[in-house]
Formats: sequence, structure tokens, C-alpha cells
Amino acid sequence: MVENRPWLTFFSHTVLILGVIAVAFPLYVTFVASTLTLEQIMQVPMRLLPGDQLIENYSQVLTGGSTKGSKAAVSHMLVNSLVMALVIPLGKMSISVISAFAFVYFRFRLRMFFFWMIFITLMLPVEVRIIPTFKVIADLGMLNTYAGLTVPLIASATATFLFRQFFMSIPDELAEAARVDGASPMRFFWDVVLPLSKTIMAALFVIQFIYGWNQYLWPLLVTTDESMYTTVIGIKRMMVGSDSANEWNLIMATAILAMLPPALVVMFMQKWFVKGLVETEK
Amino acid sequence: MEKRVVFRSAWLPYFLVAPQIAITVVFFFWPAVQAVWFSFQLQDAFGLKSQFVGMQNFAHLFNDRNYLTSFKTTALFSGLVAFFGIAISLLLATMADRVLRGAMAYKTLLIWPYAVAPAIAGVLWAFLFAPSIGIVTYVLKGWGVDWNWIINGDQAMLLVVIASVWKEISYNFLFFLAGLQSIPKSLIEAAAIDGAGPARRFWTIVFPLLSPTTFFLLVVNIVYAFFDTFGVIDATTQGGPGQATNILVYKVYHDGVKAADLGGSSAQSVILMFIVIALTVVQFRFIERKVEY
Amino acid sequence: MAAVSFRDVRKSYTPELQVIHGVSMDIKDGEFIVILGPSGCGKSTLLRMVAGLETITSGEIAIGDRVVNNLEPKDRDIAMVFQNYALYPHMTVYDNMAYGLRIRGLSKDDISVRVKKAADILELDKYLERRPRELSGGQRQRVAMGRAIVREPQVFLFDEPLSNLDAKLRVQMRAELQALHRRLGTTSLFVTHDQVEAMTLAQRMIVINAGRAEQIGAPLEIYANPATVFVASFIGSPPMNLVPRDGRLLGIRPEHLEPCAASDAMLTIDVDLIEPLGADILVYGHVGDRDSARVAARLPADALAQAGKLALRYDPANVHWFDPKSGLRST
Ligand SMILES: Nc1ncnc2c1ncn2[C@@H]1O[C@H](COP(=O)(O)OP(=O)(O)O)[C@@H](O)[C@H]1O
Ligand SMILES: [Mg+2]
Repeated sequence: MVENRPWLTFFSHTVLILGVIAVAFPLYVTFVASTLTLEQIMQVPMRLLPGDQLIENYSQVLTGGSTKGSKAAVSHMLVNSLVMALVIPLGKMSISVISAFAFVYFRFRLRMFFFWMIFITLMLPVEVRIIPTFKVIADLGMLNTYAGLTVPLIASATATFLFRQFFMSIPDELAEAARVDGASPMRFFWDVVLPLSKTIMAALFVIQFIYGWNQYLWPLLVTTDESMYTTVIGIKRMMVGSDSANEWNLIMATAILAMLPPALVVMFMQKWFVKGLVETEK
Repeated sequence: MEKRVVFRSAWLPYFLVAPQIAITVVFFFWPAVQAVWFSFQLQDAFGLKSQFVGMQNFAHLFNDRNYLTSFKTTALFSGLVAFFGIAISLLLATMADRVLRGAMAYKTLLIWPYAVAPAIAGVLWAFLFAPSIGIVTYVLKGWGVDWNWIINGDQAMLLVVIASVWKEISYNFLFFLAGLQSIPKSLIEAAAIDGAGPARRFWTIVFPLLSPTTFFLLVVNIVYAFFDTFGVIDATTQGGPGQATNILVYKVYHDGVKAADLGGSSAQSVILMFIVIALTVVQFRFIERKVEY
Repeated sequence: MAAVSFRDVRKSYTPELQVIHGVSMDIKDGEFIVILGPSGCGKSTLLRMVAGLETITSGEIAIGDRVVNNLEPKDRDIAMVFQNYALYPHMTVYDNMAYGLRIRGLSKDDISVRVKKAADILELDKYLERRPRELSGGQRQRVAMGRAIVREPQVFLFDEPLSNLDAKLRVQMRAELQALHRRLGTTSLFVTHDQVEAMTLAQRMIVINAGRAEQIGAPLEIYANPATVFVASFIGSPPMNLVPRDGRLLGIRPEHLEPCAASDAMLTIDVDLIEPLGADILVYGHVGDRDSARVAARLPADALAQAGKLALRYDPANVHWFDPKSGLRST
């Protein structure tokens, strides 16, 4: 910085530390609550040091859910969440990367028409077409199936545009060199375009993993069967009403389990994560 | 911008766009068209018969006090979320950009909530603020505040705003930090040589240069408050108490799924669609302008 | 190896925009041809039509005895070197060179033999495992050449391959290209806007202006007998002086002017600028008023040049006459 003003630096650190506390405090309390007995939580004020119920609470939710609310095993929900968090990004990237390739490297009738179709989906989030989309899923017999949970969410204008943008930046000469070398379009796609897209795919994967894992409204609509609950839905189903009736220790243990995978992804793939965020919004 | 090189094939491009287009048609266009269609229909209680009623569903909506209230609630809610979300993260990003030591560590610690699902954010804050056992409630009681969001509408609104802002701060923070770091240091130094103090430099140089980022985040945050906060609301107040936190999206869901009012819910969907279109247009107008710079 | 022929080749990108207006030429088997012209005149377009990267609007291009108009690039048996090299950034030098051979289904051993041989010629043996971004500009250039060589094509196509190199490397690569051509003897079409490059490399060259072939011939022949005003003013540094005289244009090269006594003057100029170059000096001036013809003269270093009038004379045998309307040579 330009000048040295100790009090300003001190102030900055203070603000930042307060910010970190505000961000971390709810997470910390959640963790503490997940290690206490329900009685300990009900004692106002709740103690703020971890208790000794960690193993009990977690093994209870992993195998048997809550006792008052949903009794579905959270371990199974984690699997469902993982399916969503993997199938959605992989599906999204697959269909987006090939359609973007077609848009950039081919000229065909209806090209602009298809392009605008995909563009318009930006304006049709699930939230604005809740009931009819639910009906479509029901008519197709996709309620309570993995296909129903994932397929409708893999169409994505953002990912298509992102790939398109990236392909536009690949020098024309590379495609020409490949043509002279005798590569067919798909060969060029596999041997040149895909390897060059690796970084962007990693970034997109991180963002979409979190997106898939954290889905809420969609699974709420298309799953009624306990065996299809995702973890986030599971938490909601464990809440049985007003504040003191809930088994907060179990709910909080489940919340920690639900937060852990995306948090780890953010932590360990921070570079891709930041890139993904900034790139997808350009 | 178009590519100079193109491959030729009569069928391959169609084959390549087919999956995307199929999903788009089946799960986006078909339901959207149906939403429009249903919005002109009235169904009987059993969903067996329906009749065309023209604009009647819309007329009902605009005569419905609850719906108009929901509009106001949504405006208030998204205004609060966008304002605090942006103000707090701008403050944090400015500070993080200032400090030399530990900037990376702060960044790592502050981006966590992005990984948390909105519904879970709602649950966490509902727990902290739980009327009888919440730890924050306990502190507030100590300060003489009578806290019970389950019966107090304003407090319920405050709760969902806090949970939504908490979740969104990390996103805004990352964008502001990137924006700040792209401002040439020489500009700040020039202003310092001209004698401008830190606060003045911020308001006269940094903030104006950040305005594209700020505007972008404003739109994104409003969209977030409109739609993505569904989880926060559903996991905490469920629109209550009364109508205090019944934002438009929640009302569509509630009327359609819980109350099974197909026509009314579809009409609401159509109105929401227009709002999204307006927001998207604003966003793209803005992006176009940004490109011109 | 093969001959290449153009028969009244035309190209329009859009119906209104014709960029090549009928080029005809026969390139002999093994010949090194340079396509020379200012930027935007259609050199790349012409080359890319040979490569099959652009469609031919009308006319015919033949490689050997096959008309290639409707053949895909891969079926034309050509190899191309691009201005920006177009190396695959994620592949090693070895893989860059091997890629085209793999697609053509050569055996691993064949590929290895060919790549090693090319690497040997181009002194790239030590870099085979590197990626393009770990190479210097000159090395990348060689890899691009290597990729062309390994294919052992009928025709090499070069689109300004040296223009991204610094001046010193360019001279060196020019020499290497010549050596390579002597060694392989492959028919080559080389596009450049740099007349020095053209003069040094070409066996014959074709000078293009605005999509038309102005002249085709050996470099010295073109230098000595430019067919049009354009060629006269494009080739040579400084280019030929063109002075209006008796309704025609008199062309005389700067080096064919010599100082003389005022009474012998065939051309008198007002000197504007003197550039001593060591071995000789360049004198720039104008005839008549300032806006009229500019004249440059290359004089011996000991010539007494100073501001003011300078009397010059020339040997009439070195004069070229052009018709100012058609731009063509008139005697
Ligand atoms: N794909 C294209 N579409 C339209 N016009 C083009 C295209 N490629 C080149 N041109 C035009 O054709 C002319 C010749 O271009 P080019 O062959 O690249 O020139 P050169 O290589 O001699 O610099 C230029 O005026 C250029 O603008
Ligand atoms: Mg060119």
C-alpha cells in the first residue's frame, strides 16, 4: 500500500476477523451441537464446547435418521446427493460441450434458432415453471428416480456459452492444421478441443458439483419416497415443527454431513472454484 | 464473431445439439408453454375438468391482497438482501485488499458459506435464533430484546434476510476482491500523491471503478433473492408468520403444490417469468455496455 | 512431388466481394514459387485454395494431374506451415509432428523413423519431449516445418512462416529453407509480403495486387523488367522512381542515377533528405513543385550531396516506360 497507517491496518484486520467470526460462528455452533445430547442443547444457554456424543449422533443419523422426524438413513441420502452432484455436472458438461462445438465449428440450418432456444432457458428457472415441470416428470414416470432428479437439470445455457466462448478463442489455424493433418471433426474434437478445455471443465465441475449437491426445490418436487431423499431434503424432513420439538443434535449432525463434501471441494479445489465462479458469470 | 474454419457435415451438427435441445424442449419449453396455458384455465377441485377463463386468474391475483402483499414482501426482502449482501462484502473485500499479511487466509476463511445449501443456511440460523433454545436468542434476551420470530413477522423477515445474506457474502466478496485487485495500483498512488486520504480515495477512485462489478452483483443478488432463497424460506419460516415472509416464489410453490390451485399458481408463474425476462434483459444490456468500454 | 496449375482461379467471399480475379499459372514440379504482394491483396486466399481450406469460386486448381477443387485438404497430399505455427499446445513436439501420420494410420515404427529424421534435419532432436510453450520462436517455427516435412507431401504451402521471427532469425531461417528445398526438392508455394524474402527465396515469383497477378517470373527478371507500374513501385528498396514525362511515366531505379554537371542534367531534383548508409548514400528529393514526383537516388558514398538542386543523369538503356492509364509497360 501507499502509506503506512498502523491504525488503519489494525482496523482492517479487526473488520476481517469480525467477518470471519460471523461466517464461522454458525458453522462452529452447528458442529458443537452435533456432538451434544439433546438435553445438553435444551439447556439454555447451550454449551459452546464440543461434547462427547459425536460418534453416537453421527452413527445414529447415518444408519437410522432421526427418531421423531424422517427415519431414513442419512448414509443413503449422501449417496443420492452424490449421484446428483456427479451426474449433473458430468451430464451438463457433456451435452454443453458437444452443442457448443457444433455451434462454433459448423454452419447448419436452424443454428441460430437452436442457439436462441438455449439462450432463452436462462429466463426459465425451475422456480417459474414448478407445477408444469412436475407434471411432465410425472407423465414420464420419472418421479422418485435418479433420472428425474438429474436429467432436467443438466440443460444449461451458461455452460454452453462458456464453452462457446472458449472455443471462439482457440485460433482458427489449429482447426485448419488439424484438417490438413487429416483429422475428421470428431477427431479434432477429441484430440485437440477436449484436451484444451481441461481447465475450464475442472472449474465448471467444481461449481456444478456444489450446485448439484445443494439442490433443494427440485428434489423436493420429484421425490416423495424416503429412499430418494437427498441430504438437504433429509434435514428438512427431520424438522418436525417449532424449535424445541426438533432433535437438534441429529439435525446438526446431518447438516455437517451435508456441508462437508461441497466444503471440501471448495477448500481443495479453491483455484478452480474461483476461476469457475468468475468465468461462468462473464 | 464467427469462426473462419468450419467443418462440413449434413447430420453431425444436429446430432451434437440434439441432447441439449431435447432436454430444453421437454423440461423447459413444454412446461413453460403449459404454465401459460394453465394460467388461462380454471380447474375444478378434483382436477378433472377445466375450462378456459381468459385473464380471470390474473384478475383474481391483482385483486388478491395476499398477492399484492407478497409483491411488497419480495421487494423488501430482495432489497435488504442485495443491499446488505453487497455492503458487507464490499467492506470485507476492501479490507482484505488492504492488508498485505493474511489476505489469502482471510479469503479462504470467508468463501466457505458458498458451499452451504440455502436450506441448510436457513436451518443453521433458525437454530441460532430459535425462540426458546437459540444461543443468539439468549444473548438478545440478556439485552432485553424479546425475540420470537415464530410469532413476530418483522423478526422472521430479519432471520431470512440474515441467513440469505450470510450465504451470499462469499460470492460477492470474491467478485469484489477480483475487481479491487484489477484496479491499477498506480491510480491509487497518483491519488495519494495528490493528497487524497484513504476514505476519499475509496469514494472518488475505487468505488467508481468498481461500479460495473457492483451493478453486476446487484442484478445477481436480486435474482438470488427472488429464486434461490426458496430453500431458506422453506426450511425456516415457510412464508410465515402470516404472510410476513411469503415471497413470490414461495407463494407459487405453496399455491400450486400445497393448495393445488393450478390456474392461480400458473398465472403467478407467468408473472414471475416476465420478471426474470426483465432482469435478464437488464443484465445483458449491461454486459453489452461493458463490452463497449 | 508434383506440378501445380491454376486455371483462371477466382474467389468471392460474398457475391459482392471478389478477392481473386482470375489467376492462371503453371508451377513446375519441384519449383520454389513465392507469392508476393501487399497485405490484404489475396495471397493467403490463393494459398488456402490450394490447401483446400477455402472453396474455389470458379476456375481450376490441379496438383499433379488431379483437379483438386472438390477434394478435402487431407486428400490433396499437401502440407502447410502457418504464420502463427498452429502447433497443438497440449502435445509434445514429437506428437505434433506425429499427429498427421497417426491419423493416416502409419505404423508406430514408421512414424518414429520419419519424425526422428525430420527432427534430425531441423536439429530438434533434443526437444522432442517438450511442449510448444517451452520452445523459442525459432524452435516453434522448426516444429511447424517438421510437421510438414514428416508427411512427405507433394506440395509444401507456407503462409508467411517467417514473419513472426526477429530479423536475425529470419535471415537464418531463410537460408535453412533454401537448404531444405535443395535437399527435398518438394514443390513449394511460399506467401510473403516481404520483397527481400521473395527475392532471396524464389525461383520464380508471382506478384499480386488486389487479387490480380501483375507479373510472374524469376526475381531478377521481374526486377529488371517490371511489367506494370505496381510491380515497379513495389519491388526494390527504395522502389523505382516514376516521373511523368511527355504523357508517359518514366521509370528509373535509384541505383541507375548518377550525379552530373548541371549542363548534362537529365533530371534535376530539389533535395529533401540525405541518408548516408555507409557504402552509399540515399538522396531523396522531388522534381518540380513539392507535390509532384518524388525521386530517390542511390549514389556512391563519396558523392557530394547537399541541400539544394541536384543534377542527375542516367543511361537511357536503363529507362522503363509505362502508360499511366493502364499502368502497363509501354515499350
Ligand atoms: N473469410 C473471409 N471472409 C471475407 N473476406 C475475407 C475472408 N478472408 C479474407 N478476406 C478478405 O480477402 C482479402 C484478401 O485477404 P487475404 O488473402 O488474407 O490477404 P493477404 O494474405 O494477402 O494479406 C482481404 O480484403 C480480406 O479482408
Ligand atoms: Mg495473409
